[in-house]
Amino acid sequence: MTTQQLRPIRGVHNAPLEEFYTSGHRTCQGCESALVLRLMVKAAGPRTIVLGSTGCMYVANTTYYSTPWVVPWMHTQLGSSGSAATGTAAGLKALMQKGKMRDEPINVISFCGDGGGVDMGLSAISASLTHPEYNHLVLLYDNESYANTDIQASGSSPWGANTTFSPPGRERRIMNTRWKKNTAIMLAHGHPKSRYFATGCPSYSLDLMNKVRKALTIGGPTFIHTFDPCPKGWDYDPKYSHELGMMAVEAGLWVQWEMEDGKLTYNGPSRMIATGRRKRRPVVEYLKRQGRFAHFTEEDIAYFQAQVDEMWEKWGTPGISSVKLDLTGDRA
Amino acid sequence: MTTRTQTPVEREELISGSEAIARACALADIDVVTAYPIRPYDTVMQFVSKLIADGELKCEFIIAESEHSQFEIVKHASAVGARTFVGSSGVGWFYAMEAIAVTAGLRLPVVAMVGNRALDDPGAFGCEHNDALAVRDLGWLLTWVSSGQEALDTALIAWRVAEDPRVFLPCAISADGAFLTHAQQMVRVPDKGLVERFLPPYRRGEFQLHPDNPITIAPQVNEDWLMEMRKQSDAAMRRARGVIVEACDAFERVFGRKLTPFVEEYMTEDADTILVGMGTLAMPIKVAVRRLRAQGQKVGFLRLKWFRPFPVEDVQRVLSRAKAVGVIDRDYSFGSPFHSGVLSHEVRSALYDAAARPPMVSFVAGLGGREVTQPLATEMFTIAGQVARSGRSDNETYWIGVRGKQS
Repeated sequence: MTTQQLRPIRGVHNAPLEEFYTSGHRTCQGCESALVLRLMVKAAGPRTIVLGSTGCMYVANTTYYSTPWVVPWMHTQLGSSGSAATGTAAGLKALMQKGKMRDEPINVISFCGDGGGVDMGLSAISASLTHPEYNHLVLLYDNESYANTDIQASGSSPWGANTTFSPPGRERRIMNTRWKKNTAIMLAHGHPKSRYFATGCPSYSLDLMNKVRKALTIGGPTFIHTFDPCPKGWDYDPKYSHELGMMAVEAGLWVQWEMEDGKLTYNGPSRMIATGRRKRRPVVEYLKRQGRFAHFTEEDIAYFQAQVDEMWEKWGTPGISSVKLDLTGDRA
Repeated sequence: MTTRTQTPVEREELISGSEAIARACALADIDVVTAYPIRPYDTVMQFVSKLIADGELKCEFIIAESEHSQFEIVKHASAVGARTFVGSSGVGWFYAMEAIAVTAGLRLPVVAMVGNRALDDPGAFGCEHNDALAVRDLGWLLTWVSSGQEALDTALIAWRVAEDPRVFLPCAISADGAFLTHAQQMVRVPDKGLVERFLPPYRRGEFQLHPDNPITIAPQVNEDWLMEMRKQSDAAMRRARGVIVEACDAFERVFGRKLTPFVEEYMTEDADTILVGMGTLAMPIKVAVRRLRAQGQKVGFLRLKWFRPFPVEDVQRVLSRAKAVGVIDRDYSFGSPFHSGVLSHEVRSALYDAAARPPMVSFVAGLGGREVTQPLATEMFTIAGQVARSGRSDNETYWIGVRGKQS
């Protein structure tokens, strides 16, 4: 099955003016996940079907009689973004190949939040990435908590963050001690027939749109993981959303990269950091701007910084993958 | 199954119930099928995969990584207009339950086979009906078949009824694990051209998810609209009765074989004592009916083919003239009224407003795939016969063929 050939957007003034995610939603002021969806479908264009799994980008976006989606859109279950992509793409393929539907390339994009992608839906996303015969993109918008239900900790909530499941208390200051990172590279490692994996951040909108275009054009199943500051869940003034995204990238906490046919490249500031042309900003600046880290002591901040340092200084692929090659001997 | 004429475009073959449904998948030219292994239903997917491998069916065959994904994938394929088939058994069916529930809520005409299986733990491969019965309230059409022929015929009817725009509800075909899924029988397999005359293409119309029809499916409706939508599902289920009757009439016109839509009556015309049941236990009960009839006892058997929509008129018509009714459940409903199974409650409920209300007794039998034998069938008729004579039962629910004493 062929794909739409979506050219890279060279410069913001060349971005399409048409919006396919418009008014009609009720996401929070400063919601970066809403911006991700807007950029995603702006890049994809009108011949696109979007599937959205349960999460804030379901509940806040689509209230009956009022939808922001100009393209066809369908809800899917919390853990089903992978299955929704597979089912939709398979249905279209079967109908077109059997002559039951006009044959044309239709983009299939299925999105999920971190609850639906880092946690519950990981298994189905993995399965969807094993089908090179279906063209689709799974986009994981990560605002680091179950932001729809009440800001509960998810698998990708950062260490120590104050969520409604991990409130700092008199006996235990740090309730969330997990450190689950880099879902995209985790998936990239195990699905060698999937041709494109990437991370993104709406603070870098052109980069994100072009990654969506590449994912849809290259063919087969693809995966993008975005980092979306969330004023409600992270507790900061909404006007700083963009700035916080940039700070996370510049601190090396979030790494911008893409992997095409197995070839991994760093993008934007992450590339500068990885090539030594730029120093990482201290994470303390990023942490101090958010209420969810307000309970952090100096030791907590130092621990957090040490984890980020380890990502860049100890990991085999700095900032991205902890896998290290060791050919010196068999230690088993 | 009564055969009126031998049509030249049907060929008789020795196949299992699972293979009969797989053949129906090829005849119906399904577009997307998803498989995940669990005994005993998965035999159908083994046959479907072979049909695809041999070029007899062109469709997307997706090996899912769980039952939940299996049912979600066909749900979404159905939304873009693909004819779909899926299935499961026992706890696998339950693993998919979230997807199963929303498929009905979305009014997507997915057709599923349930190879009825006990809900382990403790581990059991054998037949129980509690798996399929769990969807009885959700808006799934639900049918029980008792032979390979009926499995094939019902599958064709299932797509026709489910995909009818007046219905647009998913349909589950319940086939008793092992007894039907694995047992081979002679089955008339129709020609594909004949099936095309019976089964129109699936057209999703204004509800199809496609860039030419940019709709938003399943937004948040909450208390503002959900109740109206539930009422629409109710109306669709009510309309399904007439659509099933139409389908059976069309079936006879095309295939030349007469099907009674909702129930099978076996020597019930003048029967004093009637047993009621579903699925393959029909066979030992019918043999018992013949043997007891030979001894001069007026006994009969009523088999329900459809559970949703429930054939309340047939149940009232047939049973209200009996002196006693015994309902056999291959399932349980612990703590329910009279501690009987689900079918028994439904029959009781249907009879409440009947012209005459016969005394009733309930049986729980054949759980975990335990065989319902001739002596057990006769025992149930004996108990029901005592009720017919006395007009009442000392014990509302009897466990049949079980160790230990009745409670």
